[in-house]
Amino acid sequence: MTTLAVENVRKNYGTLETVSNVSLSIEAGERVALLGHNGAGKTTLIRMILGLTPVASGTIKVLGSNPGSRHSRASIGFLPESVAFHGALTGREQLRHFARLKSVPVHVADDLLDRVGLSNAADRKIRTYSKGMRQRIGLAQALLGQPKLALLDEPTSGLDPISRHEFYDIVEELAQSGTAILLSSHALTELETRTDRIAIMSQGKLVADNSLVRLRQNAGLPIRVNVTTTAENVDLVAERLGGKRINGCSILLTCQQDEKISKLSQITAFGEIIKDVDVTPGSLEELYRHYSVTESEGK
Amino acid sequence: MSVFAIARLELLIARRNMWVATSVILMSLFTIVLTLAGGAPTGTLGVDPLIVAVSSITTLSVYLVPLIGLLLSFDAIAGETERGTLALSLTYPLSRAEILIGKFLAHFAVLAFAVAVGLALTATLTVWQHGAANLSFAPLLRLFFTSLALGSAFLGMGYTVSSLVRQPSVASGIVIVIWLVCVVLYDIGLLGALVTDNGGYFTKTVFPWLLVANPADAFRLINMPDTSVTVLTSGLSAAGSVSGISGQLASLFGWPLLALFCAWRALRKVEP
Repeated sequence: MTTLAVENVRKNYGTLETVSNVSLSIEAGERVALLGHNGAGKTTLIRMILGLTPVASGTIKVLGSNPGSRHSRASIGFLPESVAFHGALTGREQLRHFARLKSVPVHVADDLLDRVGLSNAADRKIRTYSKGMRQRIGLAQALLGQPKLALLDEPTSGLDPISRHEFYDIVEELAQSGTAILLSSHALTELETRTDRIAIMSQGKLVADNSLVRLRQNAGLPIRVNVTTTAENVDLVAERLGGKRINGCSILLTCQQDEKISKLSQITAFGEIIKDVDVTPGSLEELYRHYSVTESEGK
Repeated sequence: MSVFAIARLELLIARRNMWVATSVILMSLFTIVLTLAGGAPTGTLGVDPLIVAVSSITTLSVYLVPLIGLLLSFDAIAGETERGTLALSLTYPLSRAEILIGKFLAHFAVLAFAVAVGLALTATLTVWQHGAANLSFAPLLRLFFTSLALGSAFLGMGYTVSSLVRQPSVASGIVIVIWLVCVVLYDIGLLGALVTDNGGYFTKTVFPWLLVANPADAFRLINMPDTSVTVLTSGLSAAGSVSGISGQLASLFGWPLLALFCAWRALRKVEP
């Protein structure tokens, strides 16, 4: 059964349509990143999946159940974008409370505190925690009871690079154990290697939903080739390759995917005078801009 | 089981936030002072010293118990909405009614503990001063249970307000107004009406029901049947006879149910 099935879902506040006709499905073990600028409708979509906000039209099914039903809530782990746990409680008390709410043995909560790297701070009051530590408590509660679907709203905001890395390790493990993951983010670069599929929302619409490779192919973004040569030969090489000189010894040229190999062999044919070659495919940032801009222009 | 998990966490928070300590100290201080001061003028006269103490403590509880109830409850929902923990809790498999009942159980326990400690001190002091002979403990028990009913009514009102507004600061302002109206302004208003009416139709038929409709006044009527110690002497005696004990009990135990029902209706509408 599809873990999450969203079909033709709409949500409007008055005349403002915040989510329009979105369809998205996630299978067990799949990691899907939901991208979109502020106000694109990501959080509204997540809230509808959770049953916190009613759906105006269309259907959402979590393991076949309606959002907000006991069955669907019992199978979801949710990390909200911003949550302030009660400062007077310790991390352990707070997490054990959530374990009780989910009917999970309390020792699981203690194990999870270790898992997210909070074992040393577990018995300190949450008000003494840093932003990253609070975020870890949030992550730990989302992992309680091996959810079938994890909804992570801006999970890495406020985390340092090492914590982000650890966070994605945990997500990967979760996916391997069969949890479907939907995570929304602004931080694009970290998603490149850490997700199976990327869905992009723009002005309430789902403008892209595919693997990164496919998105690149469909977008046809130019590949950037940066050639470094010796100072004496730079003009000659630039002329022959048709690129643009960017400083004393390097040239920038762009090409499409199908021309890449012929371009490269042309470059290597120069032999000794080429010092280095850098090939960069269109970045996720460019890709993201491509999809959200073309869609809003085509409207 | 979720109800108990919520209640357990709320009790923990109430202990950490010193709500338990504050309520207990407040109740204890006032009951000790009133028991000692109340006992002084009776001396060795025939009046049961416990009855005198209960009368003084009733007058005090009318102000204090609703205040504690409202202070415990105003932040319950609005605070969680603001922090975002209500939204998170609602993604767990539990109903809004369970959240409300869990919080109520915890706050009710805090209130019951504070009142119990205060009244236990009263009983102990009275026995210590006058001996256990000839003392009737029934009024003390009546005061205990009616205090809990009164407190529950105001807990329910606090939850209702807390569910209707989104900011705890706004909720705190509104509950103070509720407190002022119920325990002070309502009586002053009635008194004013009595004076204007000068023993006419209003005094005899409408007033007694209006008086008993306020849970704080119903509480006062139940615990001070002896009209000689009341402030609104003529009015209260008339009210006591017209509405009767059943009317007073209906008001005092109907209000908590009504207030909690309103709180539940309001909480169901909250979109966190």
